[in-house]
Amino acid sequence: MGTPGTLVEARSLTKRFDDFVAVDAIDFDVQRGEVFGFLGPNGAGKSSTMRMIGCVSPLTDGVLRVLGLDPVADGPRIRGRLGVVPQEDNLDLELSVFDNLVIYGRYFGIAKSVLRARAHELLDFVQLGDRAASKVDPLSGGMKRRLTIARALVNEPDLLLLDEPTTGLDPQARHLVWERLWRLKQDGVTQVLTTHYMDEAERLCDRLVIMDGGRIVDEGSPAALVARHVTREVVEVRPAQLAGNDLELDDGSEGVDAELEAVLDLVRANGERAEVVTDRVLAYTDDGDALVAKLNADGLRPASVLVRRSTLEDVFLILTGRTLIEG
Amino acid sequence: MSRVSLDAPEVRFVEREATIQRRLWRGNAFSQIVAPVLYLLAMGVGLGGMISSAGHKVDGLSYLEFVAPGLMAATVLQNATGESMWPVLAGFKWMRFYEGMSASPMTPADVYRGNLLWIAIRFTVASTTFLVVATLFGAILSPWGVLAVPAAVLGALALAAPLTAYVATQDDDHKFPLIMRFLTLPMFLFSATFFPLSQLPAWLQPVAWALPLYHSVSLCRDATTGTLAPGGWFAVVGHIAILAVYITVGYRIGRRTFTRRLAA
Repeated sequence: MGTPGTLVEARSLTKRFDDFVAVDAIDFDVQRGEVFGFLGPNGAGKSSTMRMIGCVSPLTDGVLRVLGLDPVADGPRIRGRLGVVPQEDNLDLELSVFDNLVIYGRYFGIAKSVLRARAHELLDFVQLGDRAASKVDPLSGGMKRRLTIARALVNEPDLLLLDEPTTGLDPQARHLVWERLWRLKQDGVTQVLTTHYMDEAERLCDRLVIMDGGRIVDEGSPAALVARHVTREVVEVRPAQLAGNDLELDDGSEGVDAELEAVLDLVRANGERAEVVTDRVLAYTDDGDALVAKLNADGLRPASVLVRRSTLEDVFLILTGRTLIEG
Repeated sequence: MSRVSLDAPEVRFVEREATIQRRLWRGNAFSQIVAPVLYLLAMGVGLGGMISSAGHKVDGLSYLEFVAPGLMAATVLQNATGESMWPVLAGFKWMRFYEGMSASPMTPADVYRGNLLWIAIRFTVASTTFLVVATLFGAILSPWGVLAVPAAVLGALALAAPLTAYVATQDDDHKFPLIMRFLTLPMFLFSATFFPLSQLPAWLQPVAWALPLYHSVSLCRDATTGTLAPGGWFAVVGHIAILAVYITVGYRIGRRTFTRRLAA
């Protein structure tokens, strides 16, 4: 087919719904063989971007090439070479697990004899080989998601699109999905995924863009983004007054604010960067233990202090002033 | 791509439905036989027997012979109404299998056409069943009766093409019972199904004439009696033309509403 090394190319890609700008003139490239992520909170424009790449939603403005083709002119041809795992499962509830793969494969015009063999392989791959004859509904959320991934692979796609692949799954189910996606990555399957979980982005993505309000805020590998924007470590300080029982909170809220301010001042006096997140102060430093020692020496008596490595969550907070998962 | 015609995207839609039907066909076949038996017993034998014993004929036919083609076209159209609403909204919303199709090379227009093709196949089977049952009742006078099958299917499509187009614009099924009650049921009763159109008040006749069922009933009746109604071939062409208008207009709108719904 002569597919170029750049599987997706977007320039000033824009999606508007009436007056609402869902995706605001973003640029990005996805290279063959990499796992590329869109990290951002709900409403950042990730799903709209995915739907445009998936050729099920026309772009409003800009340029988009997928697999070297134009989605407007070649939508069906492009879709024939994509695998799509949508945010909400849309497995066929009227079909068995096995038929979900075969019939879906028929939508792509693949011969039934080929599909039957492939369906067995794929069900084994997602550890559902023993559920082939089952209906879809009794499957757990994690099983359904794995079945959706198997279904997306039935046409041996050049590019796999995963929209929030583990949202709503319990931790064990998430790890099973991650492990399968990791295997696919090692097999060289190019993946584009959206997520609002920084651990998912850190674990899976070679490269990612951080999205907020329809725009791309920054781009790079997880490690590069952390190195660029935040210090090595973070000290999380929780003021003492919040550690008390809830009764004190009513009349004590001003006191909490005052205490947060006091902690902020203290951290900043020590020459470090600090942010407030609801009930905590995050202090960015290259040596967490040293900062904690200094704060203690200055008379800080918080309810809890936690020193940890910086993550993409911190990058997002610093770039946007908000957290990825809003209360 | 040598097998384009048999491997068209619309056929893939039908394959999905056929796979589901493989599990359900016994129950469906049973109800497809029972319904015409009950209708023909009640209207043809029961009511018809009373009319005949009073020495009456309708347009020169026994009541059974008159009502059988009417019932055939009317039950097909009535069932096509249901098939065009709830399963279609399920595809869009409740079960979202149209979404899966849209992620494949199939286009929204393929989905729309595939659904119509499935409805055509389904009601070919249903109307053939009806025709066989009616033949056993002695209600079919002519071998031309086989043409009642395409006539009834044409009626089903004349309803399904615009109705599925409309359902693509709906977010819930609140209006569906109203359509059944205020469109399908009156059409079922007053489209020359049970009595000639001339029995209707003059002002109502154009209303019945403007709806699809009257035309598929007329075509079915011409076929099963082997006799052309007044108007002859000219009327036959007219019936087909009006059903074709319904299908064509519905098709043009349906391609657009399906695309708007599935690719926004």
